[in-house]
Amino acid sequence: MFEARKKDEILHDHNHDGVDRRGFLKCMAWAGTGAFCVMQGGVLKSYSLSRLSEMDPKEAIGELSFVQISDSHMGFNKPANPDVAGTLQVAVDKINGLSAAPEFMLHTGDVSHLAKPEEFDTVDQILKSAKPKDVFYVPGEHDVLNDDGKQFLERYGKGSQGAGWYSFEKKGVHFIGLVNVMNLKAGGLGTLGHDQLEWLEDDVKHLKSSTPIVVFAHIPLWSVYPEWGWGTEDSAQALAYLKKFGSVTVLNGHIHQTMQKVEGNVTFHTAASTAFPQPQPGKADSPGPLKVPAEQLRNILGITDVNYVQGKHALAVVDSSLA
Amino acid sequence: MRRSVSIAVLAVTLLVGIRAPGARPGNVVASGQEKPSTMEVKIDNFSFGPAALTVPVGTTVTWTNRDDIPHTVVSTDDPKAFKSKVLDTDEKFSFTFSKAGTYPYFCSIHPKMTGKVVVQ
Repeated sequence: MFEARKKDEILHDHNHDGVDRRGFLKCMAWAGTGAFCVMQGGVLKSYSLSRLSEMDPKEAIGELSFVQISDSHMGFNKPANPDVAGTLQVAVDKINGLSAAPEFMLHTGDVSHLAKPEEFDTVDQILKSAKPKDVFYVPGEHDVLNDDGKQFLERYGKGSQGAGWYSFEKKGVHFIGLVNVMNLKAGGLGTLGHDQLEWLEDDVKHLKSSTPIVVFAHIPLWSVYPEWGWGTEDSAQALAYLKKFGSVTVLNGHIHQTMQKVEGNVTFHTAASTAFPQPQPGKADSPGPLKVPAEQLRNILGITDVNYVQGKHALAVVDSSLA
Repeated sequence: MRRSVSIAVLAVTLLVGIRAPGARPGNVVASGQEKPSTMEVKIDNFSFGPAALTVPVGTTVTWTNRDDIPHTVVSTDDPKAFKSKVLDTDEKFSFTFSKAGTYPYFCSIHPKMTGKVVVQ
Protein backbone atom coordinates (compact mmCIF):
# COMPACT_ATOMS: atom_id res chain seq x y z
CA MET A 1 0.00 0.00 0.00
CA PHE A 2 2.64 2.48 1.03
CA GLU A 3 4.82 1.45 -1.90
CA ALA A 4 2.05 2.65 -4.17
CA ARG A 5 2.06 6.01 -2.46
CA LYS A 6 5.72 6.54 -3.15
CA LYS A 7 5.01 6.55 -6.85
CA ASP A 8 2.61 9.42 -6.43
CA GLU A 9 3.70 12.94 -6.95
CA ILE A 10 3.92 14.99 -3.80
CA LEU A 11 1.81 18.03 -4.49
CA HIS A 12 1.93 20.01 -1.29
CA ASP A 13 4.58 19.06 1.21
CA HIS A 14 3.99 21.77 3.77
CA ASN A 15 5.66 19.87 6.55
CA HIS A 16 8.75 18.93 4.58
CA ASP A 17 8.40 15.36 5.66
CA GLY A 18 7.97 13.84 2.23
CA VAL A 19 4.27 13.19 2.71
CA ASP A 20 1.58 15.38 1.18
CA ARG A 21 -2.04 15.37 2.30
CA ARG A 22 -3.15 13.07 -0.46
CA GLY A 23 -0.37 10.61 0.34
CA PHE A 24 -1.16 10.85 3.99
CA LEU A 25 -4.79 10.00 3.38
CA LYS A 26 -3.81 7.06 1.22
CA CYS A 27 -1.67 5.64 3.97
CA MET A 28 -4.34 6.45 6.46
CA ALA A 29 -6.78 4.37 4.47
CA TRP A 30 -5.63 1.51 6.66
CA ALA A 31 -5.91 3.47 9.84
CA GLY A 32 -8.82 3.98 12.17
CA THR A 33 -8.86 2.26 15.42
CA GLY A 34 -10.77 0.79 18.22
CA ALA A 35 -11.12 -2.49 20.00
CA PHE A 36 -13.46 -5.41 19.43
CA CYS A 37 -14.37 -6.83 22.81
CA VAL A 38 -15.71 -10.35 23.29
CA MET A 39 -16.88 -11.90 26.53
CA GLN A 40 -15.90 -15.54 26.57
CA GLY A 41 -16.40 -17.59 29.68
CA GLY A 42 -16.73 -14.44 31.69
CA VAL A 43 -13.40 -13.38 30.28
CA LEU A 44 -13.40 -10.16 28.34
CA LYS A 45 -11.08 -10.35 25.36
CA SER A 46 -10.21 -7.31 23.33
CA TYR A 47 -8.76 -7.25 19.87
CA SER A 48 -7.41 -4.24 18.07
CA LEU A 49 -9.44 -3.87 14.92
CA SER A 50 -6.27 -3.71 12.87
CA ARG A 51 -5.30 -7.26 13.72
CA LEU A 52 -8.60 -8.97 13.31
CA SER A 53 -7.29 -10.80 10.28
CA GLU A 54 -4.94 -12.71 12.60
CA MET A 55 -7.81 -13.71 14.84
CA ASP A 56 -9.30 -17.20 14.81
CA PRO A 57 -12.99 -16.65 13.88
CA LYS A 58 -13.96 -18.76 16.91
CA GLU A 59 -12.32 -16.15 19.09
CA ALA A 60 -14.81 -13.57 17.91
CA ILE A 61 -17.82 -15.54 19.10
CA GLY A 62 -19.09 -15.07 22.61
CA GLU A 63 -22.26 -14.26 24.44
CA LEU A 64 -21.77 -10.57 24.10
CA SER A 65 -19.54 -8.48 21.92
CA PHE A 66 -19.13 -4.75 21.69
CA VAL A 67 -16.64 -2.24 20.39
CA GLN A 68 -14.71 0.40 22.30
CA ILE A 69 -13.56 3.48 20.45
CA SER A 70 -11.85 6.43 22.09
CA ASP A 71 -10.30 9.85 21.71
CA SER A 72 -11.64 10.76 18.30
CA HIS A 73 -10.61 14.41 18.99
CA MET A 74 -12.79 15.71 16.19
CA GLY A 75 -11.49 19.16 15.24
CA PHE A 76 -7.81 18.31 15.72
CA ASN A 77 -5.96 19.20 12.52
CA LYS A 78 -2.26 19.29 13.35
CA PRO A 79 0.46 17.32 11.53
CA ALA A 80 0.09 14.27 13.81
CA ASN A 81 -3.18 13.64 11.94
CA PRO A 82 -4.73 16.27 9.65
CA ASP A 83 -7.75 14.06 8.97
CA VAL A 84 -9.27 12.77 12.21
CA ALA A 85 -12.66 12.45 10.51
CA GLY A 86 -11.07 10.14 7.95
CA THR A 87 -9.47 7.91 10.56
CA LEU A 88 -12.70 7.72 12.57
CA GLN A 89 -14.52 6.70 9.41
CA VAL A 90 -11.92 3.97 8.82
CA ALA A 91 -12.59 2.73 12.35
CA VAL A 92 -16.31 2.59 11.58
CA ASP A 93 -15.62 0.75 8.33
CA LYS A 94 -13.61 -1.81 10.31
CA ILE A 95 -16.44 -2.21 12.77
CA ASN A 96 -18.88 -2.71 9.92
CA GLY A 97 -16.58 -5.31 8.44
CA LEU A 98 -16.73 -7.54 11.53
CA SER A 99 -18.25 -10.93 10.75
CA ALA A 100 -20.41 -10.83 13.87
CA ALA A 101 -21.86 -7.38 14.39
CA PRO A 102 -21.10 -6.03 17.89
CA GLU A 103 -24.18 -5.20 19.93
CA PHE A 104 -23.16 -1.67 20.76
CA MET A 105 -20.26 0.74 21.01
CA LEU A 106 -18.59 2.47 23.93
CA HIS A 107 -16.87 5.80 23.36
CA THR A 108 -14.48 6.50 26.21
CA GLY A 109 -14.25 10.24 25.74
CA ASP A 110 -12.52 13.10 23.99
CA VAL A 111 -15.15 12.78 21.31
CA SER A 112 -14.28 16.36 20.33
CA HIS A 113 -11.07 18.36 20.47
CA LEU A 114 -12.47 21.74 21.55
CA ALA A 115 -16.05 20.85 22.57
CA LYS A 116 -17.49 22.74 19.60
CA PRO A 117 -21.02 21.75 18.54
CA GLU A 118 -19.88 21.11 14.97
CA GLU A 119 -17.21 18.70 16.20
CA PHE A 120 -19.79 16.62 18.04
CA ASP A 121 -22.06 16.86 14.98
CA THR A 122 -19.34 15.42 12.75
CA VAL A 123 -18.73 12.48 15.08
CA ASP A 124 -22.47 11.81 15.34
CA GLN A 125 -22.71 11.85 11.57
CA ILE A 126 -19.81 9.40 11.12
CA LEU A 127 -21.02 7.04 13.83
CA LYS A 128 -24.46 6.93 12.21
CA SER A 129 -22.90 4.83 9.48
CA ALA A 130 -21.83 2.18 12.02
CA LYS A 131 -23.87 -1.02 12.20
CA PRO A 132 -24.13 -0.97 16.00
CA LYS A 133 -26.71 1.74 16.63
CA ASP A 134 -26.32 2.14 20.38
CA VAL A 135 -23.35 4.18 21.54
CA PHE A 136 -22.59 4.74 25.21
CA TYR A 137 -20.40 7.73 26.01
CA VAL A 138 -18.39 9.10 28.88
CA PRO A 139 -16.76 12.54 28.53
CA GLY A 140 -13.07 13.29 28.19
CA GLU A 141 -11.60 16.57 29.42
CA HIS A 142 -11.78 17.99 25.90
CA ASP A 143 -15.56 17.45 25.81
CA VAL A 144 -16.27 19.61 28.85
CA LEU A 145 -13.96 22.56 28.18
CA ASN A 146 -16.16 25.62 28.31
CA ASP A 147 -19.38 24.73 30.04
CA ASP A 148 -18.57 22.12 32.70
CA GLY A 149 -19.96 19.46 30.42
CA LYS A 150 -23.45 20.91 29.96
CA GLN A 151 -23.48 20.42 26.20
CA PHE A 152 -22.06 16.90 26.48
CA LEU A 153 -24.73 15.95 29.00
CA GLU A 154 -27.46 17.31 26.78
CA ARG A 155 -26.20 15.30 23.82
CA TYR A 156 -25.10 12.04 25.37
CA GLY A 157 -26.11 12.00 29.02
CA LYS A 158 -29.84 11.32 28.95
CA GLY A 159 -30.84 9.45 32.07
CA SER A 160 -27.41 9.80 33.65
CA GLN A 161 -26.64 10.96 37.16
CA GLY A 162 -24.59 13.95 38.34
CA ALA A 163 -21.91 14.91 35.83
CA GLY A 164 -22.97 12.05 33.55
CA TRP A 165 -22.34 8.72 35.28
CA TYR A 166 -24.69 5.77 34.76
CA SER A 167 -24.94 1.98 34.58
CA PHE A 168 -26.81 -0.52 32.44
CA GLU A 169 -27.15 -4.26 31.97
CA LYS A 170 -26.46 -6.25 28.82
CA LYS A 171 -26.86 -10.03 28.84
CA GLY A 172 -26.02 -10.35 32.49
CA VAL A 173 -23.01 -8.03 32.32
CA HIS A 174 -23.20 -4.87 34.42
CA PHE A 175 -21.68 -1.84 32.66
CA ILE A 176 -20.75 1.28 34.61
CA GLY A 177 -19.82 4.57 32.90
CA LEU A 178 -17.87 6.91 35.18
CA VAL A 179 -16.84 10.56 34.80
CA ASN A 180 -13.37 11.52 36.04
CA VAL A 181 -12.65 14.71 34.08
CA MET A 182 -14.62 17.27 36.10
CA ASN A 183 -13.36 19.67 38.79
CA LEU A 184 -9.73 18.78 38.27
CA LYS A 185 -7.47 20.29 40.94
CA ALA A 186 -4.11 21.96 40.35
CA GLY A 187 -1.32 19.42 40.49
CA GLY A 188 -3.79 16.56 40.66
CA LEU A 189 -5.05 13.66 38.56
CA GLY A 190 -8.47 12.63 37.32
CA THR A 191 -11.18 12.77 39.97
CA LEU A 192 -14.42 10.85 40.54
CA GLY A 193 -15.56 12.80 43.58
CA HIS A 194 -17.62 11.98 46.64
CA ASP A 195 -21.07 12.03 45.02
CA GLN A 196 -20.11 9.67 42.23
CA LEU A 197 -18.36 7.26 44.61
CA GLU A 198 -21.46 7.14 46.81
CA TRP A 199 -23.59 6.44 43.78
CA LEU A 200 -21.23 3.66 42.67
CA GLU A 201 -21.31 1.97 46.06
CA ASP A 202 -25.08 1.99 45.95
CA ASP A 203 -25.24 0.93 42.30
CA VAL A 204 -23.35 -2.34 42.80
CA LYS A 205 -24.61 -3.18 46.29
CA HIS A 206 -27.50 -5.31 45.07
CA LEU A 207 -25.51 -7.24 42.45
CA LYS A 208 -24.42 -10.85 42.86
CA SER A 209 -20.67 -11.28 43.12
CA SER A 210 -20.78 -13.55 40.07
CA THR A 211 -21.97 -10.65 37.88
CA PRO A 212 -19.28 -9.64 35.38
CA ILE A 213 -18.56 -5.93 35.73
CA VAL A 214 -17.29 -3.63 32.99
CA VAL A 215 -16.32 -0.12 34.10
CA PHE A 216 -15.51 2.50 31.50
CA ALA A 217 -14.17 6.03 32.03
CA HIS A 218 -11.90 8.41 30.15
CA ILE A 219 -8.79 8.83 32.30
CA PRO A 220 -7.24 5.53 33.42
CA LEU A 221 -8.52 4.27 36.76
CA TRP A 222 -5.08 2.87 37.50
CA SER A 223 -1.86 4.73 37.93
CA VAL A 224 -0.35 4.57 34.45
CA TYR A 225 1.95 7.57 34.79
CA PRO A 226 0.97 10.16 37.40
CA GLU A 227 3.77 12.49 36.25
CA TRP A 228 1.68 13.14 33.14
CA GLY A 229 -1.61 13.05 34.99
CA TRP A 230 -2.39 9.55 33.74
CA GLY A 231 -4.31 8.26 36.71
CA THR A 232 -7.31 9.01 38.92
CA GLU A 233 -6.95 10.34 42.49
CA ASP A 234 -9.76 8.39 44.08
CA SER A 235 -9.90 5.31 41.85
CA ALA A 236 -8.82 3.05 44.73
CA GLN A 237 -12.07 3.85 46.52
CA ALA A 238 -14.07 2.98 43.42
CA LEU A 239 -12.24 -0.31 42.99
CA ALA A 240 -12.78 -1.13 46.66
CA TYR A 241 -16.52 -1.19 45.97
CA LEU A 242 -15.90 -3.75 43.21
CA LYS A 243 -13.78 -6.12 45.29
CA LYS A 244 -16.51 -8.68 45.84
CA PHE A 245 -16.91 -9.33 42.13
CA GLY A 246 -15.08 -12.20 40.51
CA SER A 247 -14.67 -10.49 37.18
CA VAL A 248 -14.04 -6.77 36.73
CA THR A 249 -12.83 -5.15 33.53
CA VAL A 250 -11.87 -1.49 33.41
CA LEU A 251 -11.77 0.21 30.00
CA ASN A 252 -10.18 3.64 29.62
CA GLY A 253 -8.89 6.00 26.94
CA HIS A 254 -7.02 9.29 27.36
CA ILE A 255 -3.46 8.01 26.84
CA HIS A 256 -3.84 7.22 23.12
CA GLN A 257 -2.13 3.85 23.30
CA THR A 258 -3.06 0.36 24.35
CA MET A 259 -1.96 -0.89 27.70
CA GLN A 260 -3.10 -3.72 29.93
CA LYS A 261 -2.65 -4.72 33.50
CA VAL A 262 -4.15 -7.44 35.67
CA GLU A 263 -4.50 -6.88 39.39
CA GLY A 264 -6.28 -9.65 41.23
CA ASN A 265 -9.79 -9.90 39.82
CA VAL A 266 -9.46 -6.67 37.87
CA THR A 267 -8.23 -6.33 34.30
CA PHE A 268 -7.31 -2.79 33.29
CA HIS A 269 -7.20 -1.84 29.68
CA THR A 270 -6.66 1.36 27.73
CA ALA A 271 -7.72 1.81 24.12
CA ALA A 272 -5.85 3.57 21.35
CA SER A 273 -7.13 6.82 19.91
CA THR A 274 -8.90 6.95 16.57
CA ALA A 275 -7.08 10.26 15.99
CA PHE A 276 -3.41 10.35 16.94
CA PRO A 277 -0.97 8.40 19.13
CA GLN A 278 0.75 9.72 22.25
CA PRO A 279 4.20 8.73 23.51
CA GLN A 280 4.82 5.92 25.94
CA PRO A 281 4.97 7.11 29.55
CA GLY A 282 8.09 9.16 30.15
CA LYS A 283 9.46 8.49 26.67
CA ALA A 284 9.08 12.13 25.59
CA ASP A 285 9.24 15.61 27.12
CA SER A 286 5.47 15.76 27.28
CA PRO A 287 2.39 13.70 26.41
CA GLY A 288 1.78 15.79 23.27
CA PRO A 289 0.73 14.17 19.98
CA LEU A 290 3.27 11.72 18.61
CA LYS A 291 4.14 12.41 15.00
CA VAL A 292 4.81 9.12 13.27
CA PRO A 293 5.30 8.39 9.59
CA ALA A 294 1.89 7.96 7.99
CA GLU A 295 2.60 4.35 7.09
CA GLN A 296 3.08 3.57 10.78
CA LEU A 297 0.04 5.44 11.99
CA ARG A 298 -2.23 2.62 10.90
CA ASN A 299 -0.47 0.28 13.32
CA ILE A 300 -0.85 2.64 16.20
CA LEU A 301 -4.45 3.75 15.97
CA GLY A 302 -7.05 1.23 17.14
CA ILE A 303 -10.40 -0.08 18.26
CA THR A 304 -11.10 -2.37 21.19
CA ASP A 305 -13.60 -5.16 20.87
CA VAL A 306 -15.02 -7.11 23.77
CA ASN A 307 -16.87 -10.41 23.73
CA TYR A 308 -18.54 -12.11 26.66
CA VAL A 309 -19.61 -15.72 27.02
CA GLN A 310 -22.32 -16.27 29.57
CA GLY A 311 -22.10 -18.95 32.20
CA LYS A 312 -18.39 -18.97 32.94
CA HIS A 313 -16.55 -16.76 35.31
CA ALA A 314 -13.68 -14.64 34.12
CA LEU A 315 -13.09 -11.62 31.98
CA ALA A 316 -10.26 -10.81 29.64
CA VAL A 317 -9.40 -8.00 27.32
CA VAL A 318 -7.09 -8.40 24.40
CA ASP A 319 -6.05 -5.67 22.04
CA SER A 320 -5.27 -5.44 18.38
CA SER A 321 -4.43 -2.55 16.07
CA LEU A 322 -5.97 -1.58 12.77
CA ALA A 323 -3.20 -2.29 10.26
CA MET B 1 6.51 22.37 11.43
CA ARG B 2 7.39 23.17 15.01
CA ARG B 3 10.93 24.02 13.99
CA SER B 4 9.78 26.56 11.43
CA VAL B 5 7.40 28.11 13.95
CA SER B 6 10.22 28.35 16.48
CA ILE B 7 12.48 30.03 13.96
CA ALA B 8 9.74 32.50 13.07
CA VAL B 9 9.18 33.32 16.72
CA LEU B 10 12.90 33.70 17.25
CA ALA B 11 13.14 36.01 14.25
CA VAL B 12 10.32 38.17 15.55
CA THR B 13 11.89 38.21 18.99
CA LEU B 14 15.20 39.33 17.53
CA LEU B 15 13.55 42.07 15.49
CA VAL B 16 11.64 43.32 18.48
CA GLY B 17 14.76 43.04 20.59
CA ILE B 18 16.79 45.10 18.17
CA ARG B 19 14.17 47.76 17.65
CA ALA B 20 12.88 48.10 21.17
CA PRO B 21 15.47 50.31 22.89
CA GLY B 22 15.36 53.25 20.52
CA ALA B 23 11.96 52.84 18.98
CA ARG B 24 9.51 53.40 21.77
CA PRO B 25 8.86 57.15 21.71
CA GLY B 26 5.21 56.63 22.60
CA ASN B 27 5.98 54.76 25.78
CA VAL B 28 5.39 57.46 28.36
CA VAL B 29 3.51 55.31 30.85
CA ALA B 30 6.63 53.45 31.89
CA SER B 31 8.80 56.56 32.04
CA GLY B 32 10.87 56.74 35.16
CA GLN B 33 10.78 52.93 35.38
CA GLU B 34 13.26 50.64 33.70
CA LYS B 35 11.15 47.58 34.38
CA PRO B 36 8.98 46.33 31.52
CA SER B 37 5.23 46.52 31.96
CA THR B 38 4.55 43.36 29.99
CA MET B 39 5.86 39.84 30.46
CA GLU B 40 5.46 36.65 28.46
CA VAL B 41 4.84 33.08 29.57
CA LYS B 42 5.16 30.42 26.90
CA ILE B 43 3.25 27.17 27.08
CA ASP B 44 5.45 24.47 25.56
CA ASN B 45 5.48 20.71 26.02
CA PHE B 46 2.73 20.78 28.63
CA SER B 47 4.54 23.26 30.85
CA PHE B 48 4.55 26.97 31.65
CA GLY B 49 7.81 28.76 30.97
CA PRO B 50 8.85 30.29 33.21
CA ALA B 51 6.77 28.37 35.75
CA ALA B 52 7.50 31.04 38.36
CA LEU B 53 7.52 34.68 37.32
CA THR B 54 8.14 37.73 39.52
CA VAL B 55 6.81 41.06 38.23
CA PRO B 56 6.12 44.59 39.51
CA VAL B 57 2.56 45.69 40.27
CA GLY B 58 0.77 46.78 37.12
CA THR B 59 2.46 44.26 34.84
CA THR B 60 0.45 42.59 32.11
CA VAL B 61 1.38 38.95 31.66
CA THR B 62 0.58 37.26 28.35
CA TRP B 63 0.48 33.50 28.03
CA THR B 64 0.89 31.94 24.56
CA ASN B 65 0.01 28.31 23.87
CA ARG B 66 2.64 26.87 21.53
CA ASP B 67 1.51 23.23 21.93
CA ASP B 68 -0.53 21.21 19.46
CA ILE B 69 -3.01 20.62 22.28
CA PRO B 70 -5.32 23.18 23.90
CA HIS B 71 -4.55 24.48 27.38
CA THR B 72 -6.02 26.94 29.87
CA VAL B 73 -4.61 29.39 32.38
CA VAL B 74 -6.71 29.32 35.54
CA SER B 75 -6.05 30.84 38.95
CA THR B 76 -6.16 28.31 41.79
CA ASP B 77 -7.31 30.94 44.28
CA ASP B 78 -10.85 31.03 45.55
CA PRO B 79 -12.35 33.16 44.16
CA LYS B 80 -10.30 32.83 40.99
CA ALA B 81 -8.17 35.87 40.23
CA PHE B 82 -8.22 35.05 36.52
CA LYS B 83 -9.42 32.36 34.14
CA SER B 84 -8.67 32.13 30.44
CA LYS B 85 -10.91 30.60 27.86
CA VAL B 86 -9.52 27.51 26.19
CA LEU B 87 -6.38 28.45 24.27
CA ASP B 88 -5.85 26.52 21.07
CA THR B 89 -2.47 26.51 19.34
CA ASP B 90 -0.90 30.00 19.19
CA GLU B 91 -3.78 31.63 21.06
CA LYS B 92 -2.98 34.08 23.86
CA PHE B 93 -4.38 35.17 27.20
CA SER B 94 -3.39 38.34 29.06
CA PHE B 95 -4.01 39.50 32.59
CA THR B 96 -2.86 42.68 34.31
CA PHE B 97 -1.77 42.23 37.92
CA SER B 98 -2.78 45.36 39.80
CA LYS B 99 -2.24 44.09 43.36
CA ALA B 100 0.82 42.63 45.05
CA GLY B 101 0.67 38.99 46.02
CA THR B 102 1.36 35.44 44.89
CA TYR B 103 -0.94 34.10 42.19
CA PRO B 104 -0.74 30.34 41.67
CA TYR B 105 -2.40 29.00 38.54
CA PHE B 106 -2.77 25.79 36.50
CA CYS B 107 -4.14 24.33 33.29
CA SER B 108 -7.61 23.08 34.15
CA ILE B 109 -7.42 20.49 31.34
CA HIS B 110 -4.00 19.14 32.35
CA PRO B 111 -3.83 19.88 36.07
CA LYS B 112 -0.26 18.64 36.37
CA MET B 113 0.69 21.89 34.62
CA THR B 114 1.14 24.52 37.31
CA GLY B 115 2.79 27.92 37.62
CA LYS B 116 2.75 31.09 39.68
CA VAL B 117 3.12 34.81 39.27
CA VAL B 118 4.61 36.75 42.18
CA VAL B 119 3.60 40.42 42.05
CA GLN B 120 5.73 42.87 44.08
